[in-house]
Amino acid sequence: MSEKKSLGGVLMNGIVTENPTFRLVLGTCPTLAVTTSALNGLGMGAAATFVLVCSNVAISMLRKFIPDQVRIPAFIVVICTFVTMVQLLMQAFVPALYDSLGMFIPLIVVNCIILARAEAFASKNTPIASAADGLGMGIGFTLALTLMGSIRELIGNGSVFGVNVLGASYEPMLLIVLASGGFLTFGLLLGTFNLIVKKIEQKKTKKEAQAA
Amino acid sequence: MSSITDVLLFMVSCILTNNFIFSRFLGCCPFLGVSSKVETSVSMGLAVTFVMTIASLFCWLIYNFLLIPMGLTYMSTISFILVIAALVQFVEMFLKKSSPTLYSALGIYLPLITTNCAVLGVATLNMNSSYGLLQSVLNGTFSALGFLLAIVLMAGVRERLESSKIPACMKGFPITLVSAGLMAVAFMGFSGLV
Repeated sequence: MSEKKSLGGVLMNGIVTENPTFRLVLGTCPTLAVTTSALNGLGMGAAATFVLVCSNVAISMLRKFIPDQVRIPAFIVVICTFVTMVQLLMQAFVPALYDSLGMFIPLIVVNCIILARAEAFASKNTPIASAADGLGMGIGFTLALTLMGSIRELIGNGSVFGVNVLGASYEPMLLIVLASGGFLTFGLLLGTFNLIVKKIEQKKTKKEAQAA
Repeated sequence: MSSITDVLLFMVSCILTNNFIFSRFLGCCPFLGVSSKVETSVSMGLAVTFVMTIASLFCWLIYNFLLIPMGLTYMSTISFILVIAALVQFVEMFLKKSSPTLYSALGIYLPLITTNCAVLGVATLNMNSSYGLLQSVLNGTFSALGFLLAIVLMAGVRERLESSKIPACMKGFPITLVSAGLMAVAFMGFSGLV
């Protein structure tokens, strides 16, 4: 990634081109585990976004002081500090969400997206660019989780964000909110996403061919 | 954990009913990333088993003898991850000296284990369920064996998938996830067992 890229470009990079969930397939554990409802997905995404932005900024500011050999443990300690903060904040202000996300909040520490961004972006770029990158990646992650949560909640429970959509006559397909449904939904979504990306690329090359 | 029956029941529950991959979603990254060949998946599974057992032991000791007496339980995540990172590093150095063959077999997978959420997950799980020392260590070993079973099965399935006809957009991760979903359905059959 070049330094010249505009902040908006960096932001969009995380949301679309390098969407951490659908394009890079990172951080699969929380993606599969907490997306049983749209609200859980959104909550997890928001928590991860906060950690991602803060750790990216902190690591980017410290990047000249952290020796190369111990950079991974140093990154983990920084990330862990912010995760503990999020954990305490959520426990105090949104206890219901805290309970439903359960042990996956401390596990944000080992979410590969965060460490990957610290290593690939924040350790090489300025704090402002890193913040934009963290925000973009975070939003991309949140969107993906919310989308998956909505789909699973809709099929498995007939509602989205707790609001009943499909009516009382709908027989919920419980399988989708259970463990196996996570894998199935994610797999099919990923396939669809690949198909769309491919179609767009085909159109692009066609257009370029016509222009030339 | 008083009799041998309890231990056996706990083993079945950890390996089959509460399988780390298929019912708890822990350790999915290596499960998807390192399951393309049976041999490498066995090495990865064994390395994880090794680290998870030792990590359960050390995290339990640290939590109960350091964090609780000092009232620092909110520091659990940060101390666990440091313990795990240090352990992985130590295991790596130890294997390099004592058993170079095993080291070269596990080589690249060892450092990856630090960021495997199954290891931190089992430490957090032991803490949340306030297991005793023996039960924590057993939980670590048995859960890791469940992970080993899942990743080896998955590798077997993926080796078969290589030669089958799949729509282009489903190749790679998507079809792997769908097969994992179907395997999870099969594992749901064990849910009434314990």
